[in-house]
Amino acid sequence: MSPPDLLGAAILAALVLYALLGGADFGGGVWDLLASGPRRAEQRALVERALGPIWEANHVWLVLVVVVLFTGFPAAFAAISIELFVPLVLLLVGIVLRGAAFTFRTYDRPDDRVQARWGLVFSASSVLAPLALGVVVGALASGRLRVAAGGAEPFAWLAPFPLSVGLFAAALFAYLAATYLAVEAEGALRDDFRRRAAGAGLAVFGCALLAGALSWREAPAVFAGLTARGWSLPLHLGTGAAAVAAFAALFRGRVRAARAAAAIQVALIVLGWGASQHPYLVVPDLTLEAASAPRVTQVALLWALAGGGVLLFPALYALFRVFKGERPFAVVDRRRS
Amino acid sequence: MTDLLAARWLFGLSLVFHIVFAAVGVAMPLLMVLAEWRFRRSGSAVHLELARRWAKGTAILFAVGAVSGTVISFELGLLWPRFMAFAGPIIGMPFSLEGFAFFAEAIFLGIYLYGWDRVSPRVHLASGVAVAASGAASAFFVTLANAWMNAPAGFAMVAGAAADVRPFAAMFPPGWAEEVVHVLLSSYAATGFAVAGIHAALLLRHPGSAFHRAALGIALGVGGAAALLQPLSGDLSARSVAVNQPVKLAALEGQFETERGAPLRIGGLPDAERRETRWAIEIPRGLSLLAFHDPDAEVKGLSAFPREEWPNTRLVHLAFQVMVGLGTLLAALSAAWLLLRLRRREPPRLFLRAVALAAPAGFLALEAGWLVTEWGRQPYAVRGVLTTAGAVTPVRSLAVPLVAFTLLYLFLGAVTAVLLRRQIVEAPGGAAAAGGGAP
Repeated sequence: MSPPDLLGAAILAALVLYALLGGADFGGGVWDLLASGPRRAEQRALVERALGPIWEANHVWLVLVVVVLFTGFPAAFAAISIELFVPLVLLLVGIVLRGAAFTFRTYDRPDDRVQARWGLVFSASSVLAPLALGVVVGALASGRLRVAAGGAEPFAWLAPFPLSVGLFAAALFAYLAATYLAVEAEGALRDDFRRRAAGAGLAVFGCALLAGALSWREAPAVFAGLTARGWSLPLHLGTGAAAVAAFAALFRGRVRAARAAAAIQVALIVLGWGASQHPYLVVPDLTLEAASAPRVTQVALLWALAGGGVLLFPALYALFRVFKGERPFAVVDRRRS
Repeated sequence: MTDLLAARWLFGLSLVFHIVFAAVGVAMPLLMVLAEWRFRRSGSAVHLELARRWAKGTAILFAVGAVSGTVISFELGLLWPRFMAFAGPIIGMPFSLEGFAFFAEAIFLGIYLYGWDRVSPRVHLASGVAVAASGAASAFFVTLANAWMNAPAGFAMVAGAAADVRPFAAMFPPGWAEEVVHVLLSSYAATGFAVAGIHAALLLRHPGSAFHRAALGIALGVGGAAALLQPLSGDLSARSVAVNQPVKLAALEGQFETERGAPLRIGGLPDAERRETRWAIEIPRGLSLLAFHDPDAEVKGLSAFPREEWPNTRLVHLAFQVMVGLGTLLAALSAAWLLLRLRRREPPRLFLRAVALAAPAGFLALEAGWLVTEWGRQPYAVRGVLTTAGAVTPVRSLAVPLVAFTLLYLFLGAVTAVLLRRQIVEAPGGAAAAGGGAP
């Protein structure tokens, strides 16, 4: 693989991790917004406990994507920033309000009205951010952004397909979060999140159908990736199998297996998007190759990523080990002895 | 308002806001770790309570800093895409390394804040040390990028584009060490004095409080050491600016004509039309002596450079005077504190009052210093290579995001202030701290 491809793969890998970790944190916010039933307060408390120690670290994956993009593919970073100015500003507003409101709620007075007010800002911005992020991804893949033309069309992204990807992202993150929270909950609260995971899973399915159907007319690269490439069928089979496994595990109460299957499902969806639009960073005008920084920069950046990763992953594991129990990424549901 | 001006206002505002939280993120973990270390060594309950209180403050400030820093990383492209398209490959390296430092800071801060009862005391303290170290590393890397904008290196210009890029040469441009040291010291001095000022005010209200006295000791220790070293670092910085950025030196000193034995001007108002700085107190040969360590050295004046390459002389000179004046004040207070410590005397009320009044001085100096380096480089974003006007986005109506983010920052700033105030007011005062405060 050439340096541009390796760097592109690194960006995609970071985006997969951002979806699995940071995305799930936004999903937690969705479940704060949708908390209901007799255990509403417990649901919100669980979300808060689950996110508290880890959301800031999970958020850094996005910052890493940004810096790798502007170092390795500066032309793409400039073009994307110009073409997607509006959704990126909305994403930022969502990110700022989510993080700030979450922290303010933790350290503000414990009385209900104050907490409810921050909770509303936290949860509403947790919906806004994935919507905006999905719109950005959808617009990049759609072929609507004509970078080569040079002009800035501030609302080129505003079309059914990018919007459907926004909904898809929000549903995916909510689905992931519910499977994670089911592991961290116990008893009736766990059943609450098993039901929520199943409901969100259906919403994911619906959004996937909608986005897939819209891509036929609106995003030919994505549609070709869904139907016509050599890896299309194995990818669909893999994603479908993960989805079915997640549902089966949810019904049987094997929450760790369900969490792993859901994570695989989401990872395959993000990888599938990346594969569909390869070799383009912005379809159809800007390829990895065309947007590349000088080779010397890309090689140095790859080394920096490798070195940073060696330090980063053990530290991340320690973080999850401390706060998510002895087997933070377990797949098998052991019986309690 | 033109879109260029709106972009400059928005980016400037974002940085003026973020820089406070960034500096706190560098220095506050050190204060908190020092407090915990004192507790682990001596078992002093007051220091444990202090570490916990400071950790809460750090949590709030770090969260706002993390999200406002994310805004900046995106705004680099949203507002200055042509700057990033040009500079990204050259100075992306320190930004990428800063990304990893930010990762480490977020991870270990999570362990520190939420792990009091989950990890061993030793691991907890070590996590705090890791937060403090990675905070300093973040500031180190980001300042390298700014140093490159001031003195670009590590590439050649061929037909209007960068060629022959050498990322590691670009990472350490001329003057990097001086600027990095100056920025790190300013973070410790500003944060140390802000914290010391708050506890000094509370100590005036609750004389004899062991809690506030312990807090004052640590905060003034860190802030004072930095403030005493800062004039030395400032001297090194000024000499580096004199060599590498002569226009900036001329602007910040209000030096219009090239002359030997140039005087040092204290105060005064530069007048670019009349090419003179009026009403300044002039110390003969002072500038030549300070900038080149030679009373007869030649100092280049602004007249030696084309008029369109001058920064706004009035703003740059005034901001520089503010920075130096406040820095000198803090150094004097630090020296007084050192004398009190050497004589083992309790700080008198007059001293506490002075420290309380000086609470915002460090941050004002830090902001002024940042404005000096940015205004002083104008009209360039990358000195001599790319103008700010040439870097701006073609996107229109930038006044809209400017208004939106201004409101957002005002809101975040106000809430942060209220929450911190509450943390401080609820802190154990007078007698409560001497006995209680056990976990």
